[in-house]
Amino acid sequence: MSADIRIYVTDREGKTHELIAPTDMQMNLMEVCKANELPVEGTCGGMALCASCQCYIESSHPLYERSDDEEAMLAEAFHAKDTSRLGCQILMTTELDGLEIVLAPEE
Amino acid sequence: MIKTDILIIGAGPTGLFAVFEAGLLKLKCHLIDSLPMPGGQCAEIYPKKPIYDIPSHPEIMAGDLIKNLEDQIAPFQPGYTLGESAVTIEKTDDEQFIVTTDQGKKHQAPVVAIAGGLGNFEPRKPPLENLESYENKGVNYIIKDPEYYRNKKVVIAGGGDSALDWTIFLENVASSVTLVHRRNEFRGALDSVDKVQGLKNEGRINLITPAEVTAVEGRDKLEALRVNQEGISTKLECDYFIPLFGLTPKLGPIANWGLEIEKNAIKVDNSLDYQTNIPGIYAIGDVNTYPGKLKLILCGFHEATLMCQSAFKRIFPDRRNVFKYTTVSGVSGFDGTQKQAAKSTIKSIE
Repeated sequence: MSADIRIYVTDREGKTHELIAPTDMQMNLMEVCKANELPVEGTCGGMALCASCQCYIESSHPLYERSDDEEAMLAEAFHAKDTSRLGCQILMTTELDGLEIVLAPEE
Repeated sequence: MIKTDILIIGAGPTGLFAVFEAGLLKLKCHLIDSLPMPGGQCAEIYPKKPIYDIPSHPEIMAGDLIKNLEDQIAPFQPGYTLGESAVTIEKTDDEQFIVTTDQGKKHQAPVVAIAGGLGNFEPRKPPLENLESYENKGVNYIIKDPEYYRNKKVVIAGGGDSALDWTIFLENVASSVTLVHRRNEFRGALDSVDKVQGLKNEGRINLITPAEVTAVEGRDKLEALRVNQEGISTKLECDYFIPLFGLTPKLGPIANWGLEIEKNAIKVDNSLDYQTNIPGIYAIGDVNTYPGKLKLILCGFHEATLMCQSAFKRIFPDRRNVFKYTTVSGVSGFDGTQKQAAKSTIKSIE
C-alpha cells in the first residue's frame, strides 16, 4: 500500500486545513476536499466540465500539465489566474506530499 | 390545471425512472424541468461521457442512458412541462399540492417527488461589477428571440458551442457581431469553429481573442464594454452584451418551500421512504441528503422505487401494498401496450 500524503487547503475564509490523502485510491483533489467536507461543489463530478473545484496552486510541486479539456474549462472559468487548476484533474500521488492550494472564489 | 398522481420535479435519470416504478403501481406521473429536454445533468453537462457504474451496463453514454429511460417509461405516458421551473407550492384543504411554474402553469397532485438533482440550471454570470443592474437593459444570458437583436450591435462572450452558434446565427440578424473569448482555441463542434473562422476571414464578424470583457458601462442601459486584450483595454460600443458561459445548477426556489435543507440538499427519512419534513413531498436522487448519502444514479433509482411504494400508500391508504415482479406480471402500459415474458411451451413426450 502506498503512503498517505498531506496536503494543505486554504478555504475561502482564509483558514488552512491539513488533509491526509491516500495515494492508492485514484482520488483527485476535488474528491479529497469533498471527503473532508470542504466547500467544493464538484458539480460535474470531475469531468473538467464545470469550474466549481477551481483552486490556485501555491507550492511548486510537479503537476501534470493541463489537458485540453481543463485548459478549455479554465478559459471560461471566472476568477482564473495563471496558477489556476481544476482540483478534479489533480490526482493524488506521492510526489504531491505537502501540496498547498487555495480554493478559488465561488462563482 | 394539469392533474396527475405523482408530480415529479426534475426530469433527470431518477425522475424518469420514478415514472416507471409509479406506472407499475398504476400511478400516473407528470414531470417539470427547467431544461428544454429530459435528462438533467446527463443531457446538459455530459451527454457524450460514458458512465461505468450503472448495474448491467459495463459502459453507457449518459445521453444513451436517458434515451433508454425515455423508451422504458414511454408506455406509462408521462406528461412533461419542459423549459419551466417549479417556483411555488401550495397545499389545498383536500391534501393536494399545487405547484406553479415561473410561466404560471399550474400542476396538481397528491404527491410531489422532488428529483431536482443539484437544482435548476441557470446561466453562469461573469463576475463583472454592476453587471446585474444592466440585466434586461442590454445584458442577456439567454437568447429567447433572435429578432430582438435585429440591426443592433451585439457582443457575445464565451468559447463553447452556444457562443459559436449564436455568433453564426446573429451575424445575419444584428448590424454587427463581436465575439470575445479568453483564448484563441474554441471548444465547440468543428463545423461551427470553421464557420466562425470563415465569417472572421470575410470580415463579417469581429473576433477578439485572447481577450476578456472587464467592465460594463452605460447610463440607464448598456452602452459600452471594456475589453482587455493582452493588457490593452479598449472601449467597445454596443447595444447588447450576451455572456454565454454555460449553465450551472442552483437549488433555486425549492429552497423556500419550507423543506429542511442541509448543505444545499433536502433532508429525507432514508430509513423509510425518502419523505421530507412535509408529508406528501418526497426528495429523491442527488437533491436529497441523509446519513451515508451517495450521489449516484443507481442510488437515485433505488430511492425512486421506494418513494413510489410510499406514494401509493399515501394515495390509497386502504389498499394493500402492491409489489410485483415485472418478469412475472409483465408491464401493462397506459397506452394499451402489454409486455409479457413468453410462456414456455409445454409439450409431452410420448
